[in-house]
This record gives sequence, structure tokens and C-alpha cells, in this order.
Amino acid sequence: MSAFDEAIARDQRVEPADDMPEGYRKTMIRQIAQHAHSEIIGMQPEGEWITRAPTLRRKAILLAKVQDEAGHGLYLYSAAETLGADRGDLTRRLIEGRQKYSSIFNYPTLSFADVGVIGWLVDGAAICNQVPLCRSSYGPYARAMIRICKEESFHQRQGYELLLTMMRGTDAQRAMVQESVDRWWWPSLMMFGPPDADSPNTAQSMAWKIKRHTNDELRQRFVDMTVPQAEALGVTLPDPELRFDAERGHYHFGQPDFEELRRVISGGGPMNEQRIARRRQADEDGAWVREAAAAHAAKLAEVAR
Amino acid sequence: MSFDDAYQALTDHDDDARWAYGTGFTDPLAGVPSEVPPEVDAADLASYCLMLGDDALILSHRLQEWVTRAPELEDELALANIALDLLGQARLLLTRAGQVLECSEDDLAFRRDTTDFRNVCLAERADGDFAALIARLFVLVSWRLAAFDRLTGSRDAMLAAIAAKGVKELTYHRDYAAQWVVRLGDGTALSHDRMATAISAVMPATAELFETHPVEERLAATGVAVDPASLRHEFNAVLSEVLTAARLWPVPFAAGTATYPPGRHRGSGGRDGLHTAGLTGVLVEMQSVARAVPGGVW
Repeated sequence: MSAFDEAIARDQRVEPADDMPEGYRKTMIRQIAQHAHSEIIGMQPEGEWITRAPTLRRKAILLAKVQDEAGHGLYLYSAAETLGADRGDLTRRLIEGRQKYSSIFNYPTLSFADVGVIGWLVDGAAICNQVPLCRSSYGPYARAMIRICKEESFHQRQGYELLLTMMRGTDAQRAMVQESVDRWWWPSLMMFGPPDADSPNTAQSMAWKIKRHTNDELRQRFVDMTVPQAEALGVTLPDPELRFDAERGHYHFGQPDFEELRRVISGGGPMNEQRIARRRQADEDGAWVREAAAAHAAKLAEVAR
Repeated sequence: MSFDDAYQALTDHDDDARWAYGTGFTDPLAGVPSEVPPEVDAADLASYCLMLGDDALILSHRLQEWVTRAPELEDELALANIALDLLGQARLLLTRAGQVLECSEDDLAFRRDTTDFRNVCLAERADGDFAALIARLFVLVSWRLAAFDRLTGSRDAMLAAIAAKGVKELTYHRDYAAQWVVRLGDGTALSHDRMATAISAVMPATAELFETHPVEERLAATGVAVDPASLRHEFNAVLSEVLTAARLWPVPFAAGTATYPPGRHRGSGGRDGLHTAGLTGVLVEMQSVARAVPGGVW
């Protein structure tokens, strides 16, 4: 048994300098990079509302949240770099469409209620997905996830608190919240990925302890957590099949449209093009700035020699 | 650690403050006396707080527009951080003005029209590229740091406390901007040209920063405000030091040489509510949601 297999079997962490199978390294880089890309692309849908936030307190909260997402992206790219990846190369893979990010960010934000609903549902689903990753076998990723989950949890409560406040407001605001929940519910359920039967990478990822629970287990967990919160809020979740199954001790829910998920993941969602175009534009517009910084640093290094 | 325990840990609310960076859940001015000092005109104090508060609010808005557009992830974080600090300063100053005017920070931010805003016109200018942003940020925060440094001794205890908090933030902002002025000025031929163009474009508009408004004159006489004309020396010293390091000194005209937009003249600028079309655009965007939902609570 190799040191790597032994570490996995004993639930110990794999660290950057340890030997690891090439497949494990590649899978980890892909997973961490996709997560980092999701944080960076995920700044866009809510970022669009910072300049329009209706109170200065909400503006500060939203700005701080979007800044946290940039911070998460930064730790995650750093974690990928411990495996030999390069941030610039990963960014190119993102803007050339060779690496993916979470499907949820390909939906548009149409009202300020979306800021609250994204906090509640999207960050809530992200937490369900990510808490088990705090026990990922790869040490730097697992440690980054502990901090990220803490912050995500804070964002989720802020989002929910915004919705509670809006629900105590005018009829127009309550309608705005319900309309937003109607749009985001199904895409949030899709964040857990395809059903287990169609998830080819799950078995290997579970064996390597990169992943701890299947997509369907996590989806169920999210629904069980969220239904009572929806009731407390006073909104209806747009699923006629939704009911508590006393026998199983879980909520029964309808099947998300996985064909839509497949379309959105393969680039056909409503906002895919704009999201990537914005990221590409920032990268291109910033190229001369990065070159200038590198040239200045090289001159300083020359002087120091 | 079990699956369930990890979720449990997330519902532990005891350490929220640690995760609430910059969102101002605690009042940094708790315990600071809010009475307006005797022989100080309360309306003047409110106007002065609006001047400094609007500078920060509008500059913060322009920085918010850079979110997701920065050249590098580290700058994404830094620019958002500076925008958040300035927004925090704006909130404290508008709240102080609101104590006199009997309204809230949100009334002042979302219910005033263009001509009610008191920021200098440079704060509302849109940035064509990163060099333009850096040039504008550098001159505005250098001016503001010099002003806040003096205001820490203001006879208005509230203003002194706001300034003391702001000085630490602005010191970082000036350092961030100055480092980029140097990197771009010294970096490549292209970046040198762009930085030089940006500095040239921003300098004429700095004249407004050093014009003493009658409100500032009266409040400076009672030890509440700082006379901006007195900040010019410190400002020029910082400017020449940084621009020299950036190989951009001397600039092709004296710092603060005034040129005014058509129809404007000395003493009739942003401090009196005369703005460029840029501010109207900022306010249409900033106030859109607040104004679209009458009676809304957020």
C-alpha cells in the first residue's frame, strides 16, 4: 500500500509535497479551479446591484460580500497553485471555455430581491455542497474551505435577513420576493449536479475522499433545510410535488429539469456569454497594467543586484 | 468531525463580528458627544459634513463601478476595500449632517437631487482606464488624508472622531494609489504614457479642492473645519515626491492651475451644487431602486 493510499484510508490529509497519483492531482486542480472560477464569476450577478442598493447599509453589506467572493477566489487559486497550477493559465482556461464554473451564475439578476434570494438559496446550496469539503483529503483545499464556509454562512444569513425585512414591507416588495424565489428555486436545486445515476465522476471522487456525499444526498439535505425557512419567510416554493414524507423523514420534491442543467453547463444558459465576456474584457483591459507591474518589478530587481 | 457537527458549527452566531468585516454593525461613534459646540452654526456644520460625505459617497460609487473589472484579483480586493472604507466614511458624515437636518443617511443619499450634492466635481468623473482611476484616486485621497489629519483636532467631537477613524483608512488608500502611480509611471513605455495622460487630465480639476468655500471659512475660524487652501503645500509635496519616483515630474503645468468647465468660474463648482452631467448619471443609477419602491423597507 502506498503512502498516499494509506493516508486516504486513515482519513489523513494529503499535503502539497506528498506523492499522489497524477489522476488525483489533476482531479483536484480541476475541482479547485472550477470552484475558484465560480467565486469570481459569481461576483457578477450580485455585483451589478452594488451601485443600486436602496440603502447605504445594504450597499455596504453587498459590497463586503462581493469582496469576500474575490477573496475566496484568491485563496482557491492559491490552493490550486500548491498542486503546480498557474493562476494565469487557469484564468485563460476559464475565458476560453475550457474549464467550467457553477451553472447558477448563468442566470440573470432582475430585481434587488435577487440579492436576498441568492444569499438564502444559492449560498445555502453552496454551503450544503461545501461543508463536506472541509474534510476533503487535500489539505490546502480543506483548510481554505473552513474559512469559506464560515463566510458563506454569514452571507446566507444576511440574504435571509434582507428577505425577512422585505416581506415586512409593502405588497410590491412581497411580490418581488416571491417572483425572485420562483425564478431561483429550480436552478438552486440544479447546483448539486446531475442525479447520481448520471454522475460518472462521483465514485472515484468518493473513493479518494475528495467528495463525501453524492449529489442526490446533498440535494435532499438542502431541501430539508430550506422548506421550513420558506415557511417562516412566508413564500411558496414553486414545486407542486413538494410535501413531507413522514415515512422517509424527508421532504419529497419534484425532479429538476436536468436537460436545462445540461444546456446551461454546456454554454446555453441565459447569461453564459455575458459572464465570460465580462471576465475576458477585464483580463484584456488589465493586460497592460500587469505588464507594467512586471516591468517595474524587474527594474527594481535589476537595481537590487 | 461529523457531517452534522460541521453544520452545527455554522449556526454558532457568537463570533459574527469576525465575519462582518466592513459592514458596520457596531457604531464606531458610540459614546462620542453629538451636541453641536456653542458658537458653531449648525447649518454650516451640516453643509460641511455633506461636502466631505458626498465626496466619499460619489467617489465610492465610481470605485464600485470597477467591481469585476479590475486588472488583477488583488486589485479587485483592494478597490472594493477602498470603496467600502469611503462608503463607511460617507455614512458617518451623512449621519452627522442628518443629526442637524433631522433626517437619515438614506434620506440624504437617496432623496436629494443633483444640485443638492456638495461633492467636488472630480469625485463624480468617470474613469476611462485604470490609469485615470489611479490618478483621480491618488489626488483625491491625498487631499482627503491631509484634510482629515487636521480634522482630528476639530472642535466638533463627532467630526474629530470620524476623521481619526478615516486617517488610518486613507493612509492605506494613498499608499495603494501612490504605488500604482509609480508602477505605471516607471513600468513600460505604454503605461508611462497612459499614466502621464491621466495625471495631466486630472490636474486642472484639482483647483476646486483648494478653493475656500464661505462655509469652510466660517467653520475654520471656529476650529471646526480645515481651510482647504492651507492643504495645498502638503498636497504638492506628496504629489512631487510620488510623481518624481514615477518619472512623471514635473507635470506640464503648476499643480492646481485652474481651468473651469464652460459657464463656470472660480467659486461656483460642486461645493455649491454645480455639477457635471456625470453626477446626474451616478444618481439616476444609485437612487433607482430606492425611488422605484415608495414606502419600501430594506
